Amino acid sequence: MTAYIIRRLMQSAAVVLAMSVIVFLGLHVVGDPVYLLIDPQADQAEIERTIRRLGLDQPIWMQYFHFLKGALSGDLGKSFVHGTSALKLIVERMPATLEIAIAATLMAILLGIPLGLYAGLKPDSFASKSIMATSILGFSLPTFWVGIMMIMVFAVMLGWLPSTGRGPTATFLGITSSLFTIDGLRHITMPALNLALLKISLVIRLTRAGTREAIHQDYIKFARAKGIPTSRIVGVHLLKNIMIPVVTVLGLEFGSLIAFSVVTETIFAWPGMGKLLIDSIQTLDRPIIVAYLIIIVMLFVVINLIVDILYSILDPRVRIGEKSA
Amino acid sequence: MSGSDQAAIEPTLAVSGLKTHFFTKAGVVKAVDGVSLHVNPGEILGLVGESGSGKSITGFSILGLIDAPGRIVEGSIRYKGRELTTSSDEELRSLRGDRIAMIFQDPMMTLNPVLRIDTQMIETVHVHHRVSKAEALERARAALAEVGIPSPESRLKNYPHELSGGMRQRVAIAIAFINKPDLIIADEPTTALDVTIQAQILAEAQALCARTGTAMIWITHDLAVVSSLADRIAVMYAGRIVETGRTADVVSAPRHPYTQGLINSVPSHNVRGSRLNQIPGMTPSLINLPKGCAFRTRCPQAIDACLEPPPIREIGPGREVRCFNPVGVARPATAEAAP
Repeated sequence: MTAYIIRRLMQSAAVVLAMSVIVFLGLHVVGDPVYLLIDPQADQAEIERTIRRLGLDQPIWMQYFHFLKGALSGDLGKSFVHGTSALKLIVERMPATLEIAIAATLMAILLGIPLGLYAGLKPDSFASKSIMATSILGFSLPTFWVGIMMIMVFAVMLGWLPSTGRGPTATFLGITSSLFTIDGLRHITMPALNLALLKISLVIRLTRAGTREAIHQDYIKFARAKGIPTSRIVGVHLLKNIMIPVVTVLGLEFGSLIAFSVVTETIFAWPGMGKLLIDSIQTLDRPIIVAYLIIIVMLFVVINLIVDILYSILDPRVRIGEKSA
Repeated sequence: MSGSDQAAIEPTLAVSGLKTHFFTKAGVVKAVDGVSLHVNPGEILGLVGESGSGKSITGFSILGLIDAPGRIVEGSIRYKGRELTTSSDEELRSLRGDRIAMIFQDPMMTLNPVLRIDTQMIETVHVHHRVSKAEALERARAALAEVGIPSPESRLKNYPHELSGGMRQRVAIAIAFINKPDLIIADEPTTALDVTIQAQILAEAQALCARTGTAMIWITHDLAVVSSLADRIAVMYAGRIVETGRTADVVSAPRHPYTQGLINSVPSHNVRGSRLNQIPGMTPSLINLPKGCAFRTRCPQAIDACLEPPPIREIGPGREVRCFNPVGVARPATAEAAP
């Protein structure tokens, strides 16, 4: 197991390295940040000074080398705009993004699995057909449009929920989050639901498909022949089997929730990493973009690793590492 | 009812006139169409028939495990005098796995792949009996030892995929026997196994029944298997029982032309180099059965009377046949070789 994790981490380091090269080169092709940063009235000497200050006078391989040297000691460069550490800026915004990603995942689990189970167990009922039809909408409606509609209905017309921003935070068990205040929860409901909509639909469909498949398996019929009550058949025999794909997909999707919360964060003015990324792209704040992407790649790697380990816990047929069954 | 020689004993299970039909879009599939049978305590009944003859559906009907679009439309199933067709779901559930257990065909599929053996055994005890976990575990261990599994303590900790097919079927049999049921319905439990393992499982099942007094219905398409195991045989064709009797009688002197066809098509009865005997034609569609006797179109002995459905007739003690023109004295059975 340990050897497996070490090997995985080394592979991941190679991925991060390759990714950083691609992003670094790519960013130097699109636009020149200098003219966005300095006063249009500045003279040539001023421009030269800024270029040197940002280290942009050096050839690109030197710039990359400097970046790499810094990265190895945990310094991913300074933001062109803010003048502070890019890493620090991102980490400051991270809790807000994690918060809606976690809230969205919880919604996907708590709504998606029961609804999917119901739709799988009673496929011909009207309720099941409604669930499945709604899940198609969840899949196909674009996130930004749903977000705008939610703001229109719940914030503007009904006035139930605030439309933008993050609510007040509170600290509980050493974690500072807006999930622990009433107003914070009011603020997070809409963005989290918006972000979760696609995932809820996904989990409903996965759970339903798994249930439809498993329900006809001999082991379910055998469990019935043993006299096991339906509640235990569904809750243990069935659920444990269908959780394997659901956990895998949810784990992978958690990474994408964090990475692609950009749209939702923009619509609801949620002060997370996604919003920071959009702002940085607009000002061509290269160090932040590079640092953001590196952090996202590392997050994906860690999440994948956790999913693999979870997978082996759920499915006894999968055992990580060389040890064969 | 058959079995007049054993009329004094109350049978563990008595099925009469059972009809289980499936209401599909293509029509009504009469999977079981008037089956009557009984098993006495400690007795092994072999239920023989081709695929699609309704033998498995008969087994599932007894357990109350028929799912839509199927339904028991007629007949009675009496377990120790208790009517099961009118019992509630909860009453049936409490009987299943406790008084009436079942063993399935494919051991690779019957055990839940993500639950440990001990979990799957203990739950079978716990849903029927209020005993401590230690007691349930001890019963599980004893049941595994009973079916000849070496070092049962460590096997309990295994997952199904860590065991071979034969081992898994032994575990399934141990689960069936764990609550000391009165009746076990075994649905082709050795079909998916190697011949050597098959012989071991047969011997163990037989010994277990003798030891515990459990009655057993052994469903199979393999006459050779059942002839070495069962006390009595019931032969099914197209949802009906066409012949019953003591195993030796049925195998050595089949009366129904279908039974005779089955026996003649066992390869060991043929001379080496000659073509295998086979029953001409195919099993009829259960939606659209031939008028009269369902076997009429394939039967070498068919006569005009066969256009009417033949009733089941008693032709000897405990010996019944559903045929107007049974394989008679004039034409003795060609297969004399007893197993």
